[in-house]
Amino acid sequence: MLEVKDLSVRYGDLTIVDGLSFSVAEGQWLMIVGPNGAGKSTVLNAITRGADYTGQVLFEGEDIRRKKPADLARCMGVLMQSHYVSYSFSVEEVVSLGRYAYSSGFLAGHGRGDTDAVEEALALTGMAKQRNQSVLTLSGGELQRTFLAQVFAQDPKLLLLDEPTNHLDLVYQKQVFSMIAQWLKTPGRAVVSVVHDLSLARAYGSRVLLMDRGKTVALGGVEEVLISANLDPVYRMDVRAWMRQMLSQWE
Amino acid sequence: MKKRSDRFSPAEYGIFAAVTIAVLFACVCIGSVNIPLEDTAYTIWAALRARIRSWITGAVPALPEGLTASIILSIRLPRVLCVAMTGAALSIAGAAMQGLLKNPLADGSTLGVSSGAALGAVIAIAFGITFPGLPFAGTMVMAIAFALLSLLIILGLAYKLDYSLATNTIILIGVIFSMFVSSLMSIVITFAADKVQHITFWTMGSLQGTGYTDALMLFGALAIFGGAIFLHTRELNAFAVGEDNARHIGVNVRRVKLIVLITVSGLIGVCVSIGGVIGFVGLVTPHMVRLVVGPNHRRLLPASLFGGAVFLMLADLVARILLNPRELNIGIVTSLVGAVVFVFIFYRSRKGR
Repeated sequence: MLEVKDLSVRYGDLTIVDGLSFSVAEGQWLMIVGPNGAGKSTVLNAITRGADYTGQVLFEGEDIRRKKPADLARCMGVLMQSHYVSYSFSVEEVVSLGRYAYSSGFLAGHGRGDTDAVEEALALTGMAKQRNQSVLTLSGGELQRTFLAQVFAQDPKLLLLDEPTNHLDLVYQKQVFSMIAQWLKTPGRAVVSVVHDLSLARAYGSRVLLMDRGKTVALGGVEEVLISANLDPVYRMDVRAWMRQMLSQWE
Repeated sequence: MKKRSDRFSPAEYGIFAAVTIAVLFACVCIGSVNIPLEDTAYTIWAALRARIRSWITGAVPALPEGLTASIILSIRLPRVLCVAMTGAALSIAGAAMQGLLKNPLADGSTLGVSSGAALGAVIAIAFGITFPGLPFAGTMVMAIAFALLSLLIILGLAYKLDYSLATNTIILIGVIFSMFVSSLMSIVITFAADKVQHITFWTMGSLQGTGYTDALMLFGALAIFGGAIFLHTRELNAFAVGEDNARHIGVNVRRVKLIVLITVSGLIGVCVSIGGVIGFVGLVTPHMVRLVVGPNHRRLLPASLFGGAVFLMLADLVARILLNPRELNIGIVTSLVGAVVFVFIFYRSRKGR
């Protein structure tokens, strides 16, 4: 579905992402992990045309640079880690914006399909009851679920997530991840997400890309990549021992 | 919370139009000489009928005569029409900018765009820049060009300093840019000392002495630039939620930004070239309107259009009658109101963090 070839992103003299290549197939959930400053978020930014890059990004074989913004939005949707809203739009208004790519022009209102998609997204994320509430009054978790509903309403084939639960407490973390896992069950879809939490990467990922300083350290299945031989040099600590120690606090 | 409909019903538009027309008539009636409503209505009706008849028959129109008629037809009516359309134009320009930049304090006057446009107009006057056959075009084209240039400079600086365009950054840059422009203005005035009187008009803002040609210009600007803004309500909604979010849902952010910046410059440029700098209208109206109809631009823009017309007509009325028979500049009235509202919005937006 997505193919990234020799992707590099530079800001001036600084190389943030350096010659990255990977691909994502239907039904897969690719986890991009690595320490702070590894360039994980920049990879997502480049794929969504938010940063200039060299190399190639192909979606279903077609160069994304040749797609119009609305076409690209029908292919892939993005959920960012945090949102700062400054106007009192209602939850439903924000979710409905997800349908932008499907109707264009001044008089294009909401068609039947748009209404259905918005309803479904609201139901799937449990935000239906709060549909008329102002987004300014939502908690962090509710706000994140609102934007998750927006990207569900957008109905992309590929979902890109940038640390989607970074600011959320455990309940919402679990909720958001299981909602996305549920979404992925429909055929023809795939997910790429940047995560900090290696346990989450293990639990939900089907493939892992481990990055350090803009370069690929390892790429493959969860069991191949998330091993001490790969992780310890990158994080400069005994990752497995630390994780076990954390877990033992509960026993 | 009650569900808001996406757009206004025809009945709601009817109410808006009725209120606007009522205020318009009141503003024509009231002044240094008060004219009864029947006389005003009759005179306007008679003049309209004569005009229409002369278009059809080709004869010279038999317009109503007398002192009252001439006060209404050649002084008050054109002025009030200009005031209404300037208010509408500045308000939708402000609303569009606040949506685009996701910042409720963005406006032609706070950013310094109006001052920039005034500088353009002043340069045109001081150095006698005109286009042959079009007496208006010199100041107008220069005002529009300088409004756009100002916006590009201000936003270019703002993005360089602070990509998220935080409120504080925008205000700071607006203040500094305005100071920069006013010093440039002083330099221009030094070169054209004989035109000082004429030039200071642009910095004070007044629609005294405007005529039907001005009204026609404003109408054209509203139709073209305002129309273009109304075609982008959904994109403005997306920008008001966030520029990155707008890109992610498929908005062509570069194109929309360019269109909005050009149309906003067009509206502000035309308004400034006719009435000088009338501050804070684009800040006050959308803010008040947003409190009532919400931030959705499908409702915000039309409501701002009517609300801006009403607000500025009332401000002009106050300017005319407060110190009767002397007249205040309308810009002074709007700035008095605007400064208070500005502090209020700033306080609220900081508390909201």
